[in-house]
Amino acid sequence: MTEAIRTDALVKTFGRTRALDGLDLAVETGEVHGFLGPNGAGKSTTIRILLGLLRADEGAARLLGGDPWRDVAGLHRRLAYVPGDVTLWPNLSGGEVIDLLGRLRGGHNAKRRAELLERFDLDPTKKGRTYSKGNRQKVALVAALASDVELLILDEPTSGLDPLMEEVFRQVIREEQQRGGRTVLLSSHILAEVEALCDRVTIIRQGRAVETGTLAEMRHLTRTSIQVDLAGPVNGLESLPGVHDLQTHNGTVRFDVDTAALDAVMRQLSTVGIRSLTSQPPTLEELFLRHYDRADGQQPAGVAR
Amino acid sequence: MNSLTGTRALMRLALRLDRVRLTVWVLGLSVMPMGTAANYFKLYPTEADLQAVSGVLSNPSLVALSGPLFVVSIGGITVWKIGVTEFILIGLMSLLTVVRHTRTEEETGRLELIRATVVGRYAPLTAALAVTGLANLVIAVLIALGLMATGLPAAGSVAFGLATGLVGMLFAAVAAVAAQLTRGARAAVGIAGAVLAGTYLLRAVGDTGPTWLSWLSPMGWALHMRPYAGERWWVAGLFVVFAAACTVVSYVLVGRRDVDAGLLPDRPGPAEAAPGLRTPLALAWRLHRGLLLGWAIGLTLTGAVMGGAAVGIDNLESPNQQLTDILARMGGRTGITNAFLAAIFGITGMVAAAYTVQATLRLRQEESSGRVEALLATRVGRLRWAASHLTFALLGTALLLALAGLAGGLSYGAQVHDVGGQVGRLLGAALVQLPATWVLAGLGMALIGLAPRLSALAWAALIVSVLIVELGALFGLSQAIVDVVPFAHVPKLPGAAFTVAPVLWLTLVAVALGAAGLVGLRRRDMPVA
Repeated sequence: MTEAIRTDALVKTFGRTRALDGLDLAVETGEVHGFLGPNGAGKSTTIRILLGLLRADEGAARLLGGDPWRDVAGLHRRLAYVPGDVTLWPNLSGGEVIDLLGRLRGGHNAKRRAELLERFDLDPTKKGRTYSKGNRQKVALVAALASDVELLILDEPTSGLDPLMEEVFRQVIREEQQRGGRTVLLSSHILAEVEALCDRVTIIRQGRAVETGTLAEMRHLTRTSIQVDLAGPVNGLESLPGVHDLQTHNGTVRFDVDTAALDAVMRQLSTVGIRSLTSQPPTLEELFLRHYDRADGQQPAGVAR
Repeated sequence: MNSLTGTRALMRLALRLDRVRLTVWVLGLSVMPMGTAANYFKLYPTEADLQAVSGVLSNPSLVALSGPLFVVSIGGITVWKIGVTEFILIGLMSLLTVVRHTRTEEETGRLELIRATVVGRYAPLTAALAVTGLANLVIAVLIALGLMATGLPAAGSVAFGLATGLVGMLFAAVAAVAAQLTRGARAAVGIAGAVLAGTYLLRAVGDTGPTWLSWLSPMGWALHMRPYAGERWWVAGLFVVFAAACTVVSYVLVGRRDVDAGLLPDRPGPAEAAPGLRTPLALAWRLHRGLLLGWAIGLTLTGAVMGGAAVGIDNLESPNQQLTDILARMGGRTGITNAFLAAIFGITGMVAAAYTVQATLRLRQEESSGRVEALLATRVGRLRWAASHLTFALLGTALLLALAGLAGGLSYGAQVHDVGGQVGRLLGAALVQLPATWVLAGLGMALIGLAPRLSALAWAALIVSVLIVELGALFGLSQAIVDVVPFAHVPKLPGAAFTVAPVLWLTLVAVALGAAGLVGLRRRDMPVA
């Protein structure tokens, strides 16, 4: 079995709201999979279906080879979950919650627990009601990461963490990646985090997956920004396929180019003679913005599906 | 910006949030005295009837329970019967309302949102006290008008309304202080509630012995305003002084402390969970134990006092024929004491059912707070999770009733020199209520499973049951309606013969409702907010 998670055309409605509208998601075993989307895109709904908390109206979901709705106890033994909005019992200490959840999951590693507490700089003796949002998040993270499970489902796990702790979180996830065998589904709206950690990414919008693939594959869909000083005038550049937003100013040319067209464009430029050239690599950010930063909410033309 | 800016807006918000809750409290508290007085006008039509019953009422246990009877008149007996109950309930209403709009808002973080707008430092507390004050004022006026409408003298009616309203305001002020002390709203309610219980006990001891103790207790003051018995208006001054002092203290504390901080330090908890904290049931124990302990103490004391009170019934010299008839109808011909005890344990059953409902609805609290999500993502299945809380609803209630029966049996048995016999009898009288309370647990579970957003209706069901059982006969409700109430089917032990059929039927209904709820819980989406 190579797929830890697979959903086919999942549909979930709440009253008149169509939270999931035919969502396809495939997470391969052993990968860190980014699940990227703005607030309200359906990330948490998908995760809750995968946890057997919600029942899908249509479509199919498989988790670790089982049915997430039916095989709850068997599957949950093999996964750990960090909710997006962590609420704790006001009169239980953080340490008690970590131990309780670990034991209910089927046991956790005491050494690992101590190490994580140390690294996340978390005081386990404080009562649930006295933790800040970031510290509640840490309690849930330590509880999940201290368990020796096959699958980690993390719903916006770094919300409320400070940059220092975000870095700790990334290190821990990278270590998990290196140890191998663990699959991570990481929902997030923070691109830098997904770029830093994930092997593959699924972008979800209004309950549908609009893009999925490795970061390398996605970069094909993004554009590189080029600024170049040329020895002479260049003609016909704007007519080349894949070149956008061309501006010329005192011999300095700026434009964006589709990654696929980069080679042809560079050949053209070198025939004129390049004095200096700076390029900015494509980021996921751009891809993301192309999907979401549209006031009309429509998909931009020309984006591959 | 004035430190009171925004008070009016916050008052409107509080009234909007509490529109149903406060309306129910206000109506309930306003109608009870009037209903009681009307009831007594029917029950004791002549002066002789009144005199006959008054002998019973000076029994020390009853005095401890309800305070002294200052005058033998319909007004006097009404105040004696309903006064302490009203005072406790209005105290509860007031302290819950104040804490809800101060510390609860703060604990949930909503206050931070509010205080960041154009709202003065003292506005939230002021709004909470003002809304509670308004509710108390309306109750006081309605009580006075209602009692006058039954034909009781105006002065006494006003005095009783005033006393009730003042008790409410005083506990509002006490709660205002308590809300500044702790970070957690539950702890604040606990502190204010303990003060309320303390004033009751102080008065109970004072009224049976050293009277000066009663004068240390606001609940004593309220009774000693003596409605219908030569009103002492100056006592109202005590309330005003004490409430004002508490209010000033609470404002000083608000002015000094940080938002989301308490004055009492938060104690650190253990860094690691105890070895036993490894099952849903162990978690449920942690979440329920405080509540259960409080109820256990309360019902044990109630049972002991009631057992003591029953002795006085034996000494009834020339019983009012109608009263005897009523008690006998309730309990068969075996004796008025048995009838009294059966009635008492009937009420105890309904009181214990409040715990049953509270414990059952804890499931819903765990769900709507979102805490259940992390739990259900572990190996714990929904049924096991539900079972962990239902254990407390079902067996916790059994424990409470057993304690009430045991305490009643010991205190009654000690006085009639038959501890061995009475403990068994009264334990039975208490435990026979259990299936009826279970029906409410089943109803709560059915609502949670099938209509989670309506699960608070379990409370409505309990309140309606109590009203039908207590006032049904008075208003001549048809038997068909009374039969809907589970408590109407409980065998009237001790005295009446124990019959298996109703107990079995009630249990079956409870199981059926609970099973329907559990099936619903398994099938539905979670968590439903």
